[in-house]
Amino acid sequence: MTMTTETTIGREAPPGARWIDVCAYDDLLPERGVCAIIDGVQVAVFRTFDGDLYAVSNLDPFCGAHVISRGILGTRAGAPTVASPMYKQVFDLRTGGCLDDPDVALPTFPIRRSATGDRVEVGLSDEHRE
Amino acid sequence: MNDGGDALMHVVVAGHGPTGHRLVEALRERDSEGSLRITVVGEETRTAYDRVALTSYLTEDADLGYPAHDAGVEVLTGDPVAEIDRAARTVRTASGRALAYDALVLATGSSPFVPPVEGRDLPGVFAYRTIDDLDAIRDACTAAGAGAGGVVVGGGLLGLEAARALQGLGMDTHVVEVAPWLMPRQLDEGGGAMLRRHIEGLGMAVHAGTPMKGLAGRDGRVARVDLADGSAIEAAVVVFSAGIRPRDELARACGLPVGERGGVVVDETCRTEDEAIYAIGECALVGGQVYGLVAPCFSMAEVAADALLARAAGRASVARFEGADLSTKLKLMGVDVASFGDPFADARDGALGVTYTDPVAGVYKRLIVSDDARTLLGGVLVGDASAYPTLRARIGGTLPGTPEQALFGDVEAADGDLPDATVICSCNNVCAGTIRTAVRDESLTDVAAVKTCTRAGTTCGSCVPLVKKLLDAELTAAGIEVSKALCEHFDHSRAELFDIVRVRGITTFTRLIEEHGRGRGCDICKPVVASILASLGNGHILEGEQAALQDTNDHFLANIQKNGTYSVVPRIPGGEITPERLIVIGEVARDFGLYTKITGGQRIDLFGARVEQLPEIWRRLVDAGFESGHAYGKSLRTVKSCVGSTWCRYGVQDSVAMAIRLELRYRGLRSPHKLKSAVSGCARECAEAQGKDFGIIATEQGWNLYLAGNGGMRPRHADLFASDLSDEDLVRYIDRFLMFYIRTADRLQRTASWLESLDGGIDYLREVIVEDRLGICAELDAAMERHVAAYSDEWRDTLEDPEKLGRFVSFVNAPGTPDPSIVFESERDQIKPVLVTGPRLEVAAR
Ligand SMILES: Cc1cc2nc3c(=O)[nH]c(=O)nc-3n(C[C@H](O)[C@H](O)[C@H](O)COP(=O)(O)OP(=O)(O)OC[C@H]3O[C@@H](n4cnc5c(N)ncnc54)[C@H](O)[C@@H]3O)c2cc1C
Ligand code: FES
Repeated sequence: MTMTTETTIGREAPPGARWIDVCAYDDLLPERGVCAIIDGVQVAVFRTFDGDLYAVSNLDPFCGAHVISRGILGTRAGAPTVASPMYKQVFDLRTGGCLDDPDVALPTFPIRRSATGDRVEVGLSDEHRE
Repeated sequence: MNDGGDALMHVVVAGHGPTGHRLVEALRERDSEGSLRITVVGEETRTAYDRVALTSYLTEDADLGYPAHDAGVEVLTGDPVAEIDRAARTVRTASGRALAYDALVLATGSSPFVPPVEGRDLPGVFAYRTIDDLDAIRDACTAAGAGAGGVVVGGGLLGLEAARALQGLGMDTHVVEVAPWLMPRQLDEGGGAMLRRHIEGLGMAVHAGTPMKGLAGRDGRVARVDLADGSAIEAAVVVFSAGIRPRDELARACGLPVGERGGVVVDETCRTEDEAIYAIGECALVGGQVYGLVAPCFSMAEVAADALLARAAGRASVARFEGADLSTKLKLMGVDVASFGDPFADARDGALGVTYTDPVAGVYKRLIVSDDARTLLGGVLVGDASAYPTLRARIGGTLPGTPEQALFGDVEAADGDLPDATVICSCNNVCAGTIRTAVRDESLTDVAAVKTCTRAGTTCGSCVPLVKKLLDAELTAAGIEVSKALCEHFDHSRAELFDIVRVRGITTFTRLIEEHGRGRGCDICKPVVASILASLGNGHILEGEQAALQDTNDHFLANIQKNGTYSVVPRIPGGEITPERLIVIGEVARDFGLYTKITGGQRIDLFGARVEQLPEIWRRLVDAGFESGHAYGKSLRTVKSCVGSTWCRYGVQDSVAMAIRLELRYRGLRSPHKLKSAVSGCARECAEAQGKDFGIIATEQGWNLYLAGNGGMRPRHADLFASDLSDEDLVRYIDRFLMFYIRTADRLQRTASWLESLDGGIDYLREVIVEDRLGICAELDAAMERHVAAYSDEWRDTLEDPEKLGRFVSFVNAPGTPDPSIVFESERDQIKPVLVTGPRLEVAAR
């Protein structure tokens, strides 16, 4: 198994963020998501086919329900995506931006594998906690 | 709307046949100012229907009704106009209603001509013109019993159609024609002789060149037809189809001029001598001629619509009736006969006839061309009428090759290039140019869209192949290749992917996309491939990599609802359930606080379950003997049933048992879209089977199978596929229908639109399923057997597998914590979802 401890630039934890352990890496199925709850914030966590990790808000802004983690993963023009299971809007997992409506974006969270490689951690800063 | 009514011109239409209906449609379509008030007065008890397709009412139980007019049009039925008072501009109906008009349109059609022979009023003697006639004929044939004699008087187009219908009703059928050969108005002697062979080949007797002397009765009913040559035919049912007479009696009675042989005299704007009265359709005599085909009737309706609107607007009308194409094609299964243009032109004007006869194949073709052999004037095709639409479109035009080439279909290659002014659809008078413009300007890409947009092909349908060629030529010219690609990851259509997966034995999405696609898939192609893999039997849908392909419904084996909770539907085959099981459902719903609702598919839906509750709910249901109802899948939903012969005093078969048998056979079958079915125990059709993908209606002898119906957004009446089937044949045909659909349909294409897109429609489907035209029936049967053998309840299997169960958690880091955002309030003593956050954005329709 390859060990990647860092993640893509831009999803680094901002200063002041806390890294919170959410699950084992093996809890995640390739090409599927799960939901973690951290201080009342619902975070959708995904593992893509190549082993990369992404974390975005679980709240679907189009329907108001917390369902993003149950969407289908894929790619659109090379970008890793998740489609809302409710009304099927597609979001770029790297930026949270909605590819069907440029005015909409999901909040994203920093995510990484733990130093030992077997755990997954999400970075949460205070601003996420409203 | 203008309620005074006074300011509006009041148009009264007498007669609600195809012509009257078309007139009103044309008026409503073009009267954008709303300057007219329209009242239609009809004699028949039903509103207008498609008389051209009348026979299909018997053979296919077709629903012939035309679309209703909008609410602004008043339609009176079952109350004919009895009298016109021209001075007062009023009409009086048979029931005594008086209506004032500003303009009156006579669209009273014609009535069948019954020669004044003895016995013509006996019971058992019928005309063949209305739905009521057909109901009466059907009843008489049923009463007479199979094998009784049925005689049609008249061997023209309609007579032959009626004869075939009598034969279909089980009669030993005879056709009596005064002229020396059949269809004398369209065919020459050679064509008539060839047609006779075809008709006799179908098992009907032809008596041509023998006038009828009279009808003899027995016990107060018709029993025998006597011919002039002294012979006689035993007959329990006699149908007259010996020509038509215009219904001009109203005009006669009020002193309007009528023709010598009948018909209300009108000018080329369809107006009578009285400037407030028009006549259109089969009752009108225009240019000295009465027309007995629907195309000229429709043209008259369009002309009169223009005249009426011009009148309302105080301008001069522009449309004129300019004669009509009298081409016709016999609508008889198994006999190809067509005539077009003037088939007798060679008898005059020095025109030339070119004839081809193949007695072995039963083919007779004759083309009439001008003396320089360049211009096509008319012709006759018997035994092979495939060139009909092409040749008809070229009447009066230059032949692209020699007449011989035209006879052998070589002209068809050039169809895409027909001149713009060529009439392609003569029923609706649509030219090639109109179709091309519509394709271009409205960006149409399929025949269905062209039909809706231009009306071409919507009446007799004979021009559809030509419409398709024009469409294809136009698309090719525009460089549009109609893309079948599923999404950016696959260039293939769903049907092609299905074949690739089947033939290559591919069992994983990863292999399929690596070998035949690109990228990593998306929410369009992944569920499609998941469904294909499931249709071909690849184990549990949540096994291994397949789990990641499923959309959320299939992934949690439940239906997602607007607040992110799920609904649960246990299978209740045929809608039959024991009290004990009903109680279990009630207890589960109560214990988990679920909202319950009876579905349209005769089962019970339990709403408001959270992901982590689903396994507990299902454990209780499975323990009580329930299994997944697959309400979440693109798969068989339910087979509804009415209570059937066990209880119902009208039922003729056990519809419940059959529904259960079918539901258990096809449960879990993954398909391009959901599948619905129903079984009715008698013709009262309480289970509404004709609105289903496959519907079954019991008959005294067995089962009638209806295919490709649809309720919902685009309702479609199912087509009758086969009648009086045994249990075994019924199941075999449904097996093949479903497997053929699963193999060849597009993504999310219901059976209704799939059938509409099949070249050849229901007839083609019959050839594939019953006659095995493609030689695939054995494969389809085997595929269904595999499905039946491999079926296993998805929920039971899931409950037995800890790994699959492990996915039913609310939060990966707090598996037991319920999602705090799921909140309910109460309404009518049940729960109702409340969205804590509420949608923050408008959802655009996608
Ligand atoms: C079995 C059959 C097959 C046919 N096949 C073809 C075909 O293949 N191709 C083709 O071109 N044509 C075909 N036709 C002919 C076609 O149906 C007619 O051309 C068409 O119906 C004419 O329409 P219409 O509205 O003018 O007359 P009709 O259809 O006769 O309608 C007239 C209506 O007016 C009503 N009416 C009469 N008097 C009054 C009154 N005083 N007050 C109120 N209402 C009145 C009548 O009851 C009737 O409902 C076929 C006809 C039949 C019967
Ligand atoms: S020619 Fe009859 S529908 Fe077009």
